[in-house]
Amino acid sequence: MGRLSVDLCGITLDNPVIPASGTFGYGYEFAEIYDINVLGTFSFKGTTKDPRFGNPTPRIAECNAGMINAVGLQNPGVEKVISEELPKLKKCFNKKVMANVSGFAVEDYAYTCEKLDKEEQVGWLEVNVSCPNVHGGGMSFGTNPDAAAEVTAAVKKVTTKPVIIKLSPNVTDIVSIAKACEDAGADGISLINTLLGMRIDLKTKKPVIANKMGGFSGSAIFPVAVRMVYQVANAVNIPVVGMGGVSNAEDVIELMLAGATAVEVGAANLIDPCVCRDIINDLPSVMDKYGINNLSEIIGGAK
Amino acid sequence: MKQSIFKIIENTQLTSTVFKMKLSGDVSEITSPGQFVNIKLEGLYLRRPISVCDCENGVLTLIYKVVGKGTEQMAKMTAGEELDVLTGLGNGYNTALSGDKPVLLGGGVGVPPLYMLAKKLIAEGKKVSVVLGFNTKDEIFCEEDFKALGADVSVATADGSYGVKGFVTDALKDIDYTYFYTCGPEPMLKALYKVTATSGQFSFEERMGCGFGACMGCSCKTITGYKRICKDGPVLEKEEILWED
Ligand SMILES: Cc1cc2nc3c(=O)[nH]c(=O)nc-3n(C[C@H](O)[C@H](O)[C@H](O)COP(=O)(O)OP(=O)(O)OC[C@H]3O[C@@H](n4cnc5c(N)ncnc54)[C@H](O)[C@@H]3O)c2cc1C
Ligand SMILES: Cc1cc2nc3c(=O)[nH]c(=O)nc-3n(C[C@H](O)[C@H](O)[C@H](O)COP(=O)(O)O)c2cc1C
Ligand code: FES
Repeated sequence: MGRLSVDLCGITLDNPVIPASGTFGYGYEFAEIYDINVLGTFSFKGTTKDPRFGNPTPRIAECNAGMINAVGLQNPGVEKVISEELPKLKKCFNKKVMANVSGFAVEDYAYTCEKLDKEEQVGWLEVNVSCPNVHGGGMSFGTNPDAAAEVTAAVKKVTTKPVIIKLSPNVTDIVSIAKACEDAGADGISLINTLLGMRIDLKTKKPVIANKMGGFSGSAIFPVAVRMVYQVANAVNIPVVGMGGVSNAEDVIELMLAGATAVEVGAANLIDPCVCRDIINDLPSVMDKYGINNLSEIIGGAK
Repeated sequence: MKQSIFKIIENTQLTSTVFKMKLSGDVSEITSPGQFVNIKLEGLYLRRPISVCDCENGVLTLIYKVVGKGTEQMAKMTAGEELDVLTGLGNGYNTALSGDKPVLLGGGVGVPPLYMLAKKLIAEGKKVSVVLGFNTKDEIFCEEDFKALGADVSVATADGSYGVKGFVTDALKDIDYTYFYTCGPEPMLKALYKVTATSGQFSFEERMGCGFGACMGCSCKTITGYKRICKDGPVLEKEEILWED
């Protein structure tokens, strides 16, 4: 194992850097500009049972040090992901990919996960119980410990792959939800998804985003991510994948000190398409600077 | 797509709000007119998309209107300063479909991408007409540049202070054309969709997250399925457009 490698639910990652779902498509836009095999892995676009167009545009608003998106889980549906996206991905990515799954009913999650379970390219199932974009959708599962546990149990029944439940930060008690997922059999927790946000255009005096509200992400949310990763990592005995506002190697180390085993990078990919490659390249010298020999040693080091 | 650093060669004011910036850098990914670049600016989270106005001998020309923080910042920049630019974005116009007498219709800051298009069509031996639409005489730019290329140029102003009084649709009435290309505000695109007698290509704008196809921020519905304006567009053919609302 190299200095950067970590173990995520029994699968070794060459490094802990993982582009986050929704900000990396199915990989190949990025494969045009760098060899994406340098990544630990990546989490592909949130996939649902049926194809979805998502929300009307505008779907994007700018914020200080961040952005709001209300894409609304646009994706071609699990069948097409398996028949079209995964074969294309195979040509540019030879590692296990993280499959991000969303749903609007417990059965939807189980259906999609059962299909993806059969794909050998898929290493982990990252189950998004937290997307704030869809009315009456993902949000409700992630805000209630029982509902989150129900999804976890249903997914665990249909797969032997590690199941990572991705939590919403838009809750009052993140720890109780994380624990409920652990009790229901989750193999890992990832967090945080976007914070519910909104912008209003002073010229038109209307919301910038057609859906009015959307998910706030980017560097501005980093301190919230550190806090929530810390709380959850100290409360559960399964690995935590941290994310939220990560944009450089220092941020990766900080989230790992807070308790993250691996770290996802979201919105930063949209602005600097090579950011994940650059972070991986920068990690060794930043580790040297802070006297860190191996990244796996620092997980949860901040007590 | 390519991410690289460009150096500003000049940044000149064309009208009270419109500027022309010339930059030098790696333009190898810019392959057709109608593509755009995405520019990173100090203190702003998202990049700003601007159409390629011209690209020749390693020099990239952009024409932009100051409308907010990002374009204000660009207007203040001077020769020698550097910008982080993503190039080679979008599909661009397809000149193969133009026939021998294409007409190019631009409104306001929709005019710039048509310059490189006109240049290419003329180099291909086609007889190019250009119709430029502005609100008023003071806002006109690029008229002489299109003339210098050898295009047949007409200008329409909404207030009648120069050229034809009215919109590009009014100036189009007197032109004989085999195909059209357009870029401009959506009401103009919609009007052209209705009055044009031939097939053609439209360039669209949408709020963008990434500009290179990764975020699904800019999707639209078309007759041929969902498309990302930034990657499968910004240019769509008339036959595939579905107007929403
Ligand atoms: C493909 C494409 C090509 C373009 N080409 C040109 C061009 O050649 N010349 C030119 O002057 N303008 C062009 N625009 C519009 C230009 O991108 C916006 O005017 C610019 O982003 C405004 O930034 P700002 O910071 O000055 O304004 P602000 O209003 O402060 O911008 C705030 C946010 O809104 C976005 N935004 C604002 N207006 C628009 C718009 N009309 N379209 C998309 N996003 C917008 C910005 O990118 C930013 O994220 C183009 C837009 C697109 C999508
Ligand atoms: C444009 C966009 C689309 C996203 N789509 C998804 C998605 O489909 N599924 C999901 O679990 N998270 C999605 N997210 C959330 C991110 O994966 C990540 O949790 C969040 O943005 C916080 O990280 P960041 O601040 O680094 O962006 C999306 C985020 C953005 C910006
Ligand atoms: S702006 Fe991201 S996909 Fe078009």
